[in-house]
Amino acid sequence: MLTKFFFMLKEGGMKPSITELLTLLEALKRGVAGHSVDDFYYLSRSALVKDETQFDRFDRIFAAHFEGIEDAFKSVAGEVPADWLQRQAELMLSEEERAQIEAMGGFEKLMEALRERLEEQEERHEGGSKWIGTAGTSPFGAYGYNPEGVRIGQQGSRHRRAVKVWDRREYRNLDDKIELGTRNIKIALRTLRKFAREGAADQLDLDDTIDKTARNAGILDIRMVPERHNAVKVLLCLDIGGSMDDHVRVCGELFSAARSEFKHLEYFYFHNFVYESMWKDNRRRHAERIPTSEITHKYGPDYKLVIVGDATMSPYEIVYAGGSVEHWNEEPGAVWIKRLLNAYPKAIWLNPEPEQRWGYTPSIKLTRELMDGRMYPLTVCGLGEGIKRLH
Amino acid sequence: MADKKFKGTNTYIATDDLKMAVNAAVTLERPILIKGEPGTGKTQLAFEIAEALGRPLIEWHIKSTTKAQQGLYDYDAVARLRDSQLGDDRVNDIANYIVRGKIWEAFESDERPVLLIDEIDKADIEFPNDLLQELDRMEFYVYETKQLIKANQRPIIVITSNNEKELPDAFLRRCFFHYIKFPDQKTMEQIVEVHYPGLKKTLLKEALAAFYKIRDVPGLKKKPSTSELLDWIKLLLAEDIPPEALRAEDRRKAIPPLYGALLKNEQDVHLFEQLVFLDRRNASRQ
Repeated sequence: MLTKFFFMLKEGGMKPSITELLTLLEALKRGVAGHSVDDFYYLSRSALVKDETQFDRFDRIFAAHFEGIEDAFKSVAGEVPADWLQRQAELMLSEEERAQIEAMGGFEKLMEALRERLEEQEERHEGGSKWIGTAGTSPFGAYGYNPEGVRIGQQGSRHRRAVKVWDRREYRNLDDKIELGTRNIKIALRTLRKFAREGAADQLDLDDTIDKTARNAGILDIRMVPERHNAVKVLLCLDIGGSMDDHVRVCGELFSAARSEFKHLEYFYFHNFVYESMWKDNRRRHAERIPTSEITHKYGPDYKLVIVGDATMSPYEIVYAGGSVEHWNEEPGAVWIKRLLNAYPKAIWLNPEPEQRWGYTPSIKLTRELMDGRMYPLTVCGLGEGIKRLH
Repeated sequence: MADKKFKGTNTYIATDDLKMAVNAAVTLERPILIKGEPGTGKTQLAFEIAEALGRPLIEWHIKSTTKAQQGLYDYDAVARLRDSQLGDDRVNDIANYIVRGKIWEAFESDERPVLLIDEIDKADIEFPNDLLQELDRMEFYVYETKQLIKANQRPIIVITSNNEKELPDAFLRRCFFHYIKFPDQKTMEQIVEVHYPGLKKTLLKEALAAFYKIRDVPGLKKKPSTSELLDWIKLLLAEDIPPEALRAEDRRKAIPPLYGALLKNEQDVHLFEQLVFLDRRNASRQ
């Protein structure tokens, strides 16, 4: 009974345990829930889900199971209807053919054209060279090729050249549990630790005890002190998706190392460059965005800011309003990074791209200038140097 | 004896899902874990369950210094050492130095009690893990006196958390879970009604509108919660503020009166005043 539902929850990425399922069955047997679906829903949620951030996911799986729609939880439709974007065919062009495709002119013209096109178009489209859809040579859509194209709803970037990404697909959350190869990173991060005593007094302070007992005419006076904890506060901002796909593993390692190394660690994700908002849960990145101004207001200047990103993008994305590949940003990224740097005087940018390539990518040069040169390679040595700047 | 169903009390509005979670926990004798924003009545719930079911309540408030062992018992070795130096006879019986904790108290209660473990996330990360066995089997062993303490009847355990630390999976698996979400305007009206019956309709409406508006201000460190709203309404009543004064339509004097009861943080008050100032300036320009 309910085993299918149980496995659907598992497939949907939740972690119900057998104990919890048995608890639910026992509750049902003892008639805790009445005969309404609502009762059953509340009961099963209370027994199976122990984290309110998972409620939404549970709701979707519950709906899917009890209405027989099996895949409702796979993707949430965004602004662009999802069935256009279904991967039906792929178009791989030869080098010559690519060369033949002319770009459509400037950046702003491209954006304007997309907006018009979205309004004009009403049906699913595939192939061809004008309409938005998959596998064509139009500047808009996925799995196709146009050097100045805009990418919509495609799993990973295939040619890494798109100027706009309107992906509404789930990006996977950086795993904070992998421990592989993180030792080096940990050692580098360790130099950042500053110890402070806070919390429960649970260690015997031998010197003080002897001193106080002696003053107390030999009657024992035991003195305790709290354990030493790391008191450094770190705000970690991680780039995710797009050109960072290659570096996700390295970033994941940094993240997992950082988790265990600091007492106060807050992390946020962004895509390509920092703008007016970031997010905490990559699965809910479109629903739950946190305004950057809220972050700077909430976390004081005693936090140290560490940004991890390859800073490889089109320079539009940094200096132009509306340059972001995901949304329309009112103010350019350059303004936002200045604000962050004002809020956090101790800040560094870690770049997973090899240092020797930095000179050839205009956006990296630009970012480095914005950071006043505080950009370091994501290597053990670079990390060590960067951390020196954070002290 | 079978327990009655929990249906909320005349001073506490319980939503359907909350009632279900509580009843499941009571029937199956498992702990219930309550999370939610501060001030949504998590701790209050334990009092209300005890009252509604007519059970004694044992409270255990957790601090950052609390150890799991203290809930079971404390062996006061220092007192014993001191007594031995002073030549006290009590020293010979170790049981004299065993101090009973709240869990022991709950286990030995004659009636099935409600045990509140308040703000479990304040304690050390290992705290919930140290209690797994005790909450599961409802028994523990006193090593000093070689005694096994077993619960007469399984207490109804209510655990609250403010989400300051993640709780271990093994612990979560043994509990029922309920997240008290912030009440919507309708539920809020019911809540205010049970606390201040017969409140003027207009005042309540205006107060709630102003309250939800403040909650929507972005970037507040601490959003005002239900308990703050109730305090604020009490103040409004005491000062006899007319409902019209709460209306924010007239932007030039838009700061709600006595807002100090809603915003408890000087940075938030500062931020709020700045926003109101900006708003006012925009209004006067138009």
